Amino acid sequence: MPNPATITVHDNGHSFNLPTLAFQGLPSTLCKGCGHNSITSHLIEACKSLAVNPYKTIKMSGIGCSSKTPAYFLSASHGFNALHGRMPSVATGAMLANHKLLCIGISGDGDTANIGMGQFMHICRRNVPIVYIIENNGCYGLTKGQFSATADLHAHLRRPGGEENQVPPFDLCEQAITAGASFVARSFAGDKKQMIALLKAAIAHRGTAVLDVISPCVTFNDFEGSTKSWDWARAHESPLHELGFVPRLPEIEVEQTPGEPVRVQLHDGAWITLKALRHEEHNVSSRASALALLEESHENGEFVTGLLYLNTTTPNFTERLTLVDTPLALLSEDMLRPKPEVLEKIMQTL
Amino acid sequence: MSPALTPVQESPAEIQPAGFTPSVNDLAIKVGTVNGSGSQSANLAILRALYSMGIPCSGKNVFPSNIEGLPTWFHLRASAQGYVGHVLDPRILICMNEATARDDVLALRPGALCVYRDDFDLDPRTLRGDIQFFPVPFLKLVQEAYPPDKTDKLYRDRLRKVVNMVYVGVLASMCQIEMEAIEWGIRREFPGRKARAGEVNINAAAAGFRWAEASLPPERPYTVARIPGSWNKILIEGNKAAALGVLFGGASVLTWYPITPSSSLAEYAEDFLKHHRVDANGKCSFAIVQAEDELAAIGMAVGAGWAGARALTATSGPGTSLMAEFVGLAYFAEIPVVIIDVQRMGPSTGLPTRTSQGDVLKLHMLGHGDCRHLVLLPGSVEECYSFTIESLDLAQRFQTPVFMASDLDLGMNLWLTDPFRYPDRPLARGKVLTKEDLDRLGRFERYRDADGDGVCERTLPGTEHPLAAYFTRGTGHNEKSGYSERPDDWKRNLDRLARKLQTARPQLPAPVVDDNPHARVGLIAYGGTHYALVEARDLLAAEGIETSYCRVRALPLADAVFQFIERHERVYVVEQNRDAQLQTLLHAELCGTLANRLIPVNHYNGTPIAAENIVRPILAREQSPCTSGWPVAESAHEIDRAHPSCEPSTE
Ligand SMILES: Cc1ncc(C[n+]2csc(CCOP(=O)(O)OP(=O)(O)O)c2C)c(N)n1
Ligand code: SF4
Ligand SMILES: [Mg+2]
Repeated sequence: MPNPATITVHDNGHSFNLPTLAFQGLPSTLCKGCGHNSITSHLIEACKSLAVNPYKTIKMSGIGCSSKTPAYFLSASHGFNALHGRMPSVATGAMLANHKLLCIGISGDGDTANIGMGQFMHICRRNVPIVYIIENNGCYGLTKGQFSATADLHAHLRRPGGEENQVPPFDLCEQAITAGASFVARSFAGDKKQMIALLKAAIAHRGTAVLDVISPCVTFNDFEGSTKSWDWARAHESPLHELGFVPRLPEIEVEQTPGEPVRVQLHDGAWITLKALRHEEHNVSSRASALALLEESHENGEFVTGLLYLNTTTPNFTERLTLVDTPLALLSEDMLRPKPEVLEKIMQTL
Repeated sequence: MSPALTPVQESPAEIQPAGFTPSVNDLAIKVGTVNGSGSQSANLAILRALYSMGIPCSGKNVFPSNIEGLPTWFHLRASAQGYVGHVLDPRILICMNEATARDDVLALRPGALCVYRDDFDLDPRTLRGDIQFFPVPFLKLVQEAYPPDKTDKLYRDRLRKVVNMVYVGVLASMCQIEMEAIEWGIRREFPGRKARAGEVNINAAAAGFRWAEASLPPERPYTVARIPGSWNKILIEGNKAAALGVLFGGASVLTWYPITPSSSLAEYAEDFLKHHRVDANGKCSFAIVQAEDELAAIGMAVGAGWAGARALTATSGPGTSLMAEFVGLAYFAEIPVVIIDVQRMGPSTGLPTRTSQGDVLKLHMLGHGDCRHLVLLPGSVEECYSFTIESLDLAQRFQTPVFMASDLDLGMNLWLTDPFRYPDRPLARGKVLTKEDLDRLGRFERYRDADGDGVCERTLPGTEHPLAAYFTRGTGHNEKSGYSERPDDWKRNLDRLARKLQTARPQLPAPVVDDNPHARVGLIAYGGTHYALVEARDLLAAEGIETSYCRVRALPLADAVFQFIERHERVYVVEQNRDAQLQTLLHAELCGTLANRLIPVNHYNGTPIAAENIVRPILAREQSPCTSGWPVAESAHEIDRAHPSCEPSTE
């Protein structure tokens, strides 16, 4: 009988029980009703239901309300709240040191689309294995509501004076796709079912998995008309497909139902099933199709959610570097320092 | 305000240089060529020939920020006394570049010899009468050795390079460099598949040699002679030496962004790692990433250091500025990472291909808030190697950023040195707790100073233990690494970081002190200034000024440096920067009137410091001690004869 207060983690040939507390974190200090809190709880659910090994997981973030959240989940994992906009490089370095870790990166729209756009594009380009979650509220929460680069055109600041935003936003999913991320999805903090399915799929993926999640800031950007508000997102969310996630269960042969439009196997053997609700013609393995879909949705003023793009064959960054199997961080001296003869031979060439 | 930052200059009385007297094994040659004209093999062939004759020698490239077409100079020096620092006045000038011939000739000291191409429009002989001129028919000679070949489309291009070998032969005759040694040197420059090209080049050198033997007057005022005995030296640039430090220091993650003069360090390291750290299955025990900028380069190194790698990045001044925020974070979050700064002339792009020691103070304090970092100051190519290894270990032991401040002169020029020794200590891992340690201890607090040395224990991500995890942050934190804004937590943490620095201080490379019991005058220097300083001491002694010498090798400063100052009446601090950066640090820490003993000697025109740059201001000051004010600037005379500035660069 499994104890509901513990979760059995299987990892690398051994298994052990962990208290569910190990998957939770400290109490959130964010505003009540903040979308970021919802994302945190979906993430905990996803990790619990996949029974990820928290000891082999790292939580990386930049700076912002969103970037504080790694303190609120997976307390048994190492975390690093780094610099504003620079989480991608720190995460890349950590994965170089230990490519066996699962990396969950949390960022905000300011953190990613403003100060961190360069590093964001480059982590996508390198396809570093990371679940990259953007908690997108269209503003800077932590510094009190200034516009970010995902703020709506013509939006007004929530303060006396209410200056207008004169420049159109970036679509971070489009950016991620063009930059080379191998898993790109959009979701809404209020859509628990879709979020959990997407998070599980992203965790099973071994490449850069970008999740752009609309996450309302109740304090600075949750007013009528804001496309990053709870009401607007609920009213305009237009899921692409019914998304299913079938974990790797060796004893069960995954059922092949004829008529299912898309079914993709992920790196760890799990499956994603996508049952199209709209846009039947969208092909998740085509960047062009994904970009066309996103552009179309802008024109129609809708907000498509779901898995937009997936490529499970392109190698990730640590694979490209052909690293030895043992994580670099754990290599012994005889692996790291060549023998004296090597030095002697080099000396003879100089 | 610290007086050390006052940019006041004062020129002591000009000292007129005398002409040269004939010499054996005291040679200084300056070769003026055009960037990209392939003179490097010719210059290195001479250097190798001198080396194989047992004569201490050095070669320096003084080159513009340009790929092709702008003037460049190579300075060769051979000295029986072992002086290998820069020298201001060449005895022999080789003019291959008409664009600089005039300035180069005018800058010569009387008695010098000038070899030039006889196809110049300019006749340098009209410029002055106190030096000897030797027009050489370069084109005719090279075509004899390497006849035109209509079938070879690259002939003209090749000819342009081979022509340089003609001056190698002329110099061999002029200075009595053995032709066998020259041939050996050329063959070393053209190994393996290039051997055929090597023979063409040997022919060109021979043509130059034969012409000079037949055409030059019989006097040979500046010659070299073999120094018998065996010596086993290697010829290496500091950047390559540091790259060997990367290899043997067990570095596992190297990140970088191209910037002169540090790029070759990363490129050499990549080459070494790919040859010696790939297993039979083609798997690498290292990762190298050319990042998108220096922010990402340091970010990756910090992430890798946090997760347990021996991580480093290499850059130069502008790159270190971009790294400042990360260095501040790594200092405060206590993450091991090594940053090698091969210094160039700043600010901004400054003179990207000229040398400087202008980053030292900044590196020591880089970041925001209270920051003090460990900075190693290599003074030789050997130290570029051993200090790279040392920095990787120090970073692990003290869980902090460690800088190695090399410079362009050390990094990109070739130096003779003894072969490097294999490290005699195992790789340091620092206080890293494993799963077993945690089982045994039953507790772990990331920032608790259990040993009282300021250095805490850490765990690596991936450690399978319920106590292992902690949350790394740049925000205020308590011993358990929990978020804290409590004044006592903040202050306790900062104080502990200061204690950690004090623990590290005596464990850094100690200053090298040469005390002269008769000396009232002390000299302090660091880095590549060493070579000029050693020579300067002998020149000062010849003028009756005995000196002691303290070579600083690390920051924060060791007690021995302060004790050295206490033992001397006057202490000249010799640096290759304007603002007397090391002296500023000394001022900050010296008690009472000791600071008044310090007198700065600063060289900062982009050329490597020469003994004369040190001797002249010190002599002026010592010979008329009542000279008011300081700093002691170089004389106007020297500034006049510095390298003529080149065209604005494209950078
Ligand atoms: C280098 C630097 N510049 C500015 C800041 C101030 N700052 C902190 S958070 C933030 C914006 C965060 O916005 P976002 O990433 O969207 O996160 P949110 O709070 O909205 O979740 C800024 C500008 C900083 N911490 N570091
Ligand atoms: S300010 Fe906005 S983003 Fe920040 S915690 Fe509050 S609701 Fe969330
Ligand atoms: Mg935001």
